[in-house]
Amino acid sequence: MKNGEGRRLNKQAGEDDEEEEDDLEGGLEAWERRYAEDRSWEALQEDESGLLQPIDNSAIYHAQYRRRLRALSLASIAASRIQKGLIRFLYVVIDLSRAASEMDFKPSRMVVVAKHVEAFIREFFDQNPLSQIGLAIIKDGVAHCLTDLGGSPESHIKALMGKLSCSGDSSLQNGLDLVHGFLNQIPTYGHREVLILYSALSTCDPGDIMETIQKCKKSKLRCSVIGLSAEMFICKHLCQETGGTYSVALDESHFKELILEHAPPPPAIAEFAISNLIKMGFPQRAAEGSISICSCHKEAKVGVGYTCPRCKARVCELPTECRICGLQLVSSPHLARSYHHLFPIAPFNEVPSSRLNNSHGRSPSACFGCQQSLLNLGNKPGLNVACPKCKKYFCLECDIYIHESLHNCPGCESYRPSKPVAASGE
Amino acid sequence: MASAPSKLYSDDVSLVVVLLDTNPFFWTTSSFSFSHFLSHVLAFLNAILTLNQLNQVVIIATGCNSCDYVYDSSKTANQSFGNGRMPTLCATLLQNLEEFMTKDEKLGIEEAEERITGSLLSGSLSMALCYIQRVFRSGSLHPQPRILCLQGSPDGPEQYVAIMNAIFSAQRSMVPIDSCYIGAQNSAFLQQASYITGGVHHKPQQLDGLFQYLLTIFATDLHSRSFVQLPKPVGVDFRASCFCHKNTIDMGYICSVCLSIFCTRHKKCSTCGSTFGQAQSDDASATNRKRKAPDS
Ligand SMILES: [Zn+2]
Ligand SMILES: [Zn+2]
Ligand SMILES: [Zn+2]
Ligand SMILES: [Zn+2]
Ligand SMILES: [Zn+2]
Ligand SMILES: [Zn+2]
Repeated sequence: MKNGEGRRLNKQAGEDDEEEEDDLEGGLEAWERRYAEDRSWEALQEDESGLLQPIDNSAIYHAQYRRRLRALSLASIAASRIQKGLIRFLYVVIDLSRAASEMDFKPSRMVVVAKHVEAFIREFFDQNPLSQIGLAIIKDGVAHCLTDLGGSPESHIKALMGKLSCSGDSSLQNGLDLVHGFLNQIPTYGHREVLILYSALSTCDPGDIMETIQKCKKSKLRCSVIGLSAEMFICKHLCQETGGTYSVALDESHFKELILEHAPPPPAIAEFAISNLIKMGFPQRAAEGSISICSCHKEAKVGVGYTCPRCKARVCELPTECRICGLQLVSSPHLARSYHHLFPIAPFNEVPSSRLNNSHGRSPSACFGCQQSLLNLGNKPGLNVACPKCKKYFCLECDIYIHESLHNCPGCESYRPSKPVAASGE
Repeated sequence: MASAPSKLYSDDVSLVVVLLDTNPFFWTTSSFSFSHFLSHVLAFLNAILTLNQLNQVVIIATGCNSCDYVYDSSKTANQSFGNGRMPTLCATLLQNLEEFMTKDEKLGIEEAEERITGSLLSGSLSMALCYIQRVFRSGSLHPQPRILCLQGSPDGPEQYVAIMNAIFSAQRSMVPIDSCYIGAQNSAFLQQASYITGGVHHKPQQLDGLFQYLLTIFATDLHSRSFVQLPKPVGVDFRASCFCHKNTIDMGYICSVCLSIFCTRHKKCSTCGSTFGQAQSDDASATNRKRKAPDS
């Protein structure tokens, strides 16, 4: 284990000068370099029976994880309350002018943009349950609306993939005017955002773009631009005025990184929108094979569909607004995805395994979660954790799993008396 | 488990984590007795273990005051190999179950004023997922895990957030949650759990034939599921619980900042502390917007 740790440190220190060494190592073939840098055999060790085993890095991983957890819980204490703009209305404006056909991104800028917009749309809906996206394109000097604001990733992606061709000039002003018209109508609790993916190095506008920028600022549109060629003053000015971010992609992986940065809800924009209570319905999913006429497409459909709890009208997709009674309809699991942010579980306390020997109870020797033995860890300096609330013991692996994925303490959840206390505390 | 020859591990080796509802409040009111239920379940578990010699069964009891592991076939199989598996399963399970239920009952007596009828499904679900993570960690050769909830008690709305957390974690690890509901009304939580994780939910019509239902629906391993016609969901109940009273609701108010659900209008969000400005009806503004922007 010591051996592994040393290697790890060496490697980290070595990473900084790697770029300078690149020239020196230029004589090596690519495949040779891979073996020279990545000494995979050093990550193995022999166990008692002579079998090769990967070096146990769990202690290091766990230490790193605990540091992260501590930083996180400190941050949440500082903020004391979780406030994020979870309801966003975002227009993605894609520049499909002549410049988008350039081939500095392979196979072309347009294809690369389309590919990552697709990934972005999926990620966006995963992280922003009640939010909506709309798509617009700029082409031949005018802006077109491709899709209206909506919550279904598939329909946006389909519309985009069907319209992939580029020609003419680009017009930033026309694009902004178009989306401003749509975003200005949305309710005040929503965050209005525009994300422009700009390929061109110029803009052909019919009027004064500065006026348009001021109009966007007044309507609290947060405009961000990702450029694909070089930095432009007007884009930078737009982002500065409206509180957005401006970045220029260096290559495809950088572009992917930049666009995905817009997926998590930005905390700073919380002040942009007025908090409000929104009336919503949680429709039931209809039985598979049942036939009914949906209110959105006005077609008889088999199976798929949801029933509005207020007027019992049938809709095809969630989230949406009931066409008959105007109720916002959402799927409740969609909302529930973000709830672990609201009720985080406390970090577990570290307990040396020697303390376990004199504790009583039926099975203090095993992890409460996975039943793995906590005593029989061989010669390793065993370290376990205990939940401060329910006092149950857990192994390190469960500790990580519970805090990073499950977001439930199995001990607290399987213990009734804690429940009334928790309920009155809320 | 570790001693099994690696070649024998194919796609159809299953690990079934069974969550057994032992809630006395349910079983005393049910027309179907607990011992009757157990005899069906035991036969079913034996069937799973005999379907493939590498199959593994873990049973977690879901009580009304606590949850605990009551049986693990990977542990007991090694202990008394000579007797064969079937008697061991019955003996160990019944003994542990009795111990568990006595203990669970004692925990309940301590605060008898409050009558709680739900069982701690969120606890046993969380434990099952921890156990399955351990199986995933054990190396590349492991049985295909799935969870089977045998539930009779009504949903405990106070567990809503915890159960949803567990469901999403199961979905991320691609662990299907099957559920067989034997109570009176159907369970919204279990319907959602099975729907989201890609498991099967079923509510048997005739409890006398429970074994038949279990064997034909829930014994199918994950690999074979693509070849058989399993029951399709008869609708999914997507109702949620409000954070203020823990009631199950199909319509409610949502805080626009943190997405907390409330059953009535409040001035301030109890979760994130936001104050809600205008008390005007959101429905009105929504319908206005609709009229202003007809679909183009
Ligand atoms: Zn429709
Ligand atoms: Zn309606
Ligand atoms: Zn564990
Ligand atoms: Zn706990
Ligand atoms: Zn309430
Ligand atoms: Zn709130």
